Amino acid sequence: MIQALFDGILVGSVLSLGAIGLTLVMHILRFANFSHAELLSVGAYCALTFDAVLSAVAPPLQTMIGPFSMSFALALATIAAAGITGLTAVLVDRLVFRRLRETAGPLTLVFASFGVALIMRNVIALVFGLHTQRYSDDISFAVMVSADPLLLIKPDQVIILCIAVLAMAALHLLLNRTTLGFALRAIAENPTLAQVNGISMASMVRLTWIIGGGLAAIAGVLYAMDNQLSPVMGRDLVLSLFAAAIVGGLGSVSGAMLGGFIVGLASSFAILLLPAGYKPAVPFLVILATLYLRPNGLFGEAR
Amino acid sequence: MIGIASYLMFFLTITAILSIAVLGLNLQWGNAGIFNGGVVAFFGIGAYVMIILGGPARAGEFGGFDVAWPVALAGGAAAAGVLAYIVGLATTRLRHDYLAIATFGIAVALEAFVRNATYLSGGAKGIRGFERPLEETIGNPFVYNLFFLALVIAALVAVYAGLSRLVASPYGRLLRAIREDETAAKALGKDPARVRLEVFVIGAVVMGLAGGLYATFYAFISPQDLAPILTFQIWAMLIVGGAGNNRGAVLGTFVVWGCWVASGFGLASFAPPHIQIYAGTLQYILIGLIIVFTLLIRPRGLLPEQLQITTRAASVATAQSNQRLKNWKGDTS
Repeated sequence: MIQALFDGILVGSVLSLGAIGLTLVMHILRFANFSHAELLSVGAYCALTFDAVLSAVAPPLQTMIGPFSMSFALALATIAAAGITGLTAVLVDRLVFRRLRETAGPLTLVFASFGVALIMRNVIALVFGLHTQRYSDDISFAVMVSADPLLLIKPDQVIILCIAVLAMAALHLLLNRTTLGFALRAIAENPTLAQVNGISMASMVRLTWIIGGGLAAIAGVLYAMDNQLSPVMGRDLVLSLFAAAIVGGLGSVSGAMLGGFIVGLASSFAILLLPAGYKPAVPFLVILATLYLRPNGLFGEAR
Repeated sequence: MIGIASYLMFFLTITAILSIAVLGLNLQWGNAGIFNGGVVAFFGIGAYVMIILGGPARAGEFGGFDVAWPVALAGGAAAAGVLAYIVGLATTRLRHDYLAIATFGIAVALEAFVRNATYLSGGAKGIRGFERPLEETIGNPFVYNLFFLALVIAALVAVYAGLSRLVASPYGRLLRAIREDETAAKALGKDPARVRLEVFVIGAVVMGLAGGLYATFYAFISPQDLAPILTFQIWAMLIVGGAGNNRGAVLGTFVVWGCWVASGFGLASFAPPHIQIYAGTLQYILIGLIIVFTLLIRPRGLLPEQLQITTRAASVATAQSNQRLKNWKGDTS
């Protein structure tokens, strides 16, 4: 039980990070972006590349941070990956989504996002190979925190949780304590009124993609640390991210955070009830239950 | 020569089956503006239910009812309708994005289900050993394939004619009215949520029929056939052909399936071995590029939707509607 609780919170923290970007994009740009999960892969593979480059250029960076299997190089690489992934998201927007926004309805954008997801996922597979990879080949042993009830925790999992919480706290400060955050929330709340007040829609859209992409990259690295890197990780996560965003209520950042944890916990507790093979179906059941019981999610508004 | 003829028949059979599914999607998306992100779920459940009802008895597993093939096929299509009803009930009243996400979810969930519910679906190994209708009576495989092609084309013609009539009927006009302006349709006393649910179910039944034919043709179904790429292929076919145009839907199927088969053949024949392991990856990129570029460059497809003129005095209204249609479809020309 307590093991499932811990695992759920761990997975949930990663899902929360990914879902925040998704819900922001869905709220401000008004379309369900099925390529968002691919940004997690982009971030994870970017970090892999930077990690390798940094380790080669400056070998001392390869030292691990404390008892964790995260090196200083990987920590720096994650920061760089967040930036690159944010820019990738802006680039994709400029190449595809912005053009379609000018001419077509929101559902056309959803169509396009599926196409974009296919392209991104498979280009990653072409560049990095179809096989799975890891940041560190060291085996990280789990520490038995308590024997009864059984609770095994890997040191890495602690750092994953810490980084996820830190990133969410940073976002919270950005949105609630800075002018930029106020501007972004204003655009989300009432685009016309915000634009009348001199907030540039174009720059807020860019900011949305940068925040969404950056958080997705961090989520991707954390997910890959706990599991492994694979070109299809985006495909495996996309439904969980949507489930988190829907449970929380589309457009609500705090909802997406909570939604991520709910979906993570639901998935880890489902294993206690269902055979593990059914796990991919859990986010769908969460979505269906939400739509039947509370169609606008926990913190969403009817639209 | 016989080899080429056999291959051509094989290609045409698959194209005709996929065309049926594309026509189902065209009713949902092209005419009613309903987004279906899980075409493969409805296709797949049609296939599985058909093969379970009409298929052989499997040791220790569910099935072996020896139902006559047409009944089994209808059962598969009906199952797809029921699935659509369950999903649609929760989602057709809500924002369009929810339907997109929920339908995408059902495809993922169904694949996980058939992969694991071995008692029902045979699990990862699938269900094989289906006896195709009249195969023993006809005997000769070449003649049988010809017969089956004729059968599938007959089904395609029937679905095409049925859907074309539906779209040209007052009901079809209602669908487009709801797609164009839901509030206006509501003001006229129509119930958009109910109509959308109906269309969603009808479209899903057509997809289920296509799935049943597909499983009959291969006499085999496995979770491999429920890969999400099929949904994207079917979309690409509709978008390339022209959403809202049934002829376009069939043409798009030919073009996209032709590209898919040709690219697979080309990679298998000419690419060096170290590239060949990435053949699937390259083909997926191709489908993605087809979707994105068609939406950007020719959003209304090869054969754009033709407006149905229903009264003689409607030329002015038609011109206006055509303009609105262009806006909706996102044509910049």
